[in-house]
Amino acid sequence: MALNKIQSLIAGAALLAGASFSNAADYVIDSEGMHAFVQFKISHLGYSWLYGRFNKFDGTFSYDAAHPEMSKVSVNIDTSSVDSNHAERDKHIRTDDFLDVKKFPKATFQSSRVVDKGNGEATIYGALTLRGVTKELAIEAQHVGGGDDPWGGYRDGFVGKTRFKLKDFGIPKYLGPASEEIEIILSIEGVRK
Amino acid sequence: MKLGNSSEQWGGVSIAIHWLVALTIFGMFGLGLYMVELSYYDPWYKSAPWLHKSVGALLFVVMLARLAWRRVSGVPRELVSHKTWEVKLAHWVHGTLYLIIFLIIFSGYLIVTAKGSGLSVFGWFEIPSLISDVEHLEDMAGDIHRWLAYFLMALVTLHAAGALKHHFIDRDVTLTRMLGIGAKAAGRNEKS
Repeated sequence: MALNKIQSLIAGAALLAGASFSNAADYVIDSEGMHAFVQFKISHLGYSWLYGRFNKFDGTFSYDAAHPEMSKVSVNIDTSSVDSNHAERDKHIRTDDFLDVKKFPKATFQSSRVVDKGNGEATIYGALTLRGVTKELAIEAQHVGGGDDPWGGYRDGFVGKTRFKLKDFGIPKYLGPASEEIEIILSIEGVRK
Repeated sequence: MKLGNSSEQWGGVSIAIHWLVALTIFGMFGLGLYMVELSYYDPWYKSAPWLHKSVGALLFVVMLARLAWRRVSGVPRELVSHKTWEVKLAHWVHGTLYLIIFLIIFSGYLIVTAKGSGLSVFGWFEIPSLISDVEHLEDMAGDIHRWLAYFLMALVTLHAAGALKHHFIDRDVTLTRMLGIGAKAAGRNEKS
């Protein structure tokens, strides 16, 4: 009898604990309706900014406004979908001078922990795998907005930025001292599952 | 030397175009290999591809003119001393050379214009993009362009080996008449 009580106590505690966790809803990144963008920005000679993007990607995240630190995010990018609006450059970016997309067709980001900074801002730590190299990096993220959409769904949207050196992921082509680092800008809208 | 071709002789126009195209193609092959290896800060990084594209476009015009001239001016007969298999092989090689050259030019054009932008010829004028919105067109065109260029070089080697074989082993005028110096010998060869 005493054992049963302890068991039910544990079960109840687990339920309570679970309840505080389970408010985090799961979302699918809306790459189908293309309300999501994976963009990059790199300096050209130090004189201007070049923007490009990846046209094909998918991903999921879980988010709980009350517990942003419980959030998780996972993104898969088709590296061959790189698009800088210039056929010759895109072809070049796909070669082994840059992304080597034949050998490394996927890039992925998998979050490991999220540190809430308040005001809808957070730092998302995680592993980026690009060109076969996996490295930890931090995405500075901001909650843009969320709520019911006009078509019966529920959406939440974020922007995130991170920077890294091309060299850190084994990209061999040297573009000059002003262009060693690239910035990735994620503009992500998720639809609650 | 006459400008037009006769049944025995290559005329000046055909000879000039043949060697002009030969030189251009060797130059373009070398330039193509060279330009893709340049570092970003190399002074040739922009001008080498610009030259390669512009010359390629002009080569297309020259090749069209060459085909037209073949129609207008005709082609000398094969030497009677040539064996059937030699004639057949030579015809196949010549036809394939023409085809491959056009395909290389066209695939090169597709690399540049795959996303809708035109191809500028020495800044004089621009050839518009005709085919775009095909996913990864620039990559496919690039692979085709490169492999056909290697294949062309193999074929050119066979073509040159044939010419040298005729010159040094058969001792006929196949090569000299393309150099414009085989006139009398060709006549002799025809009669023998």
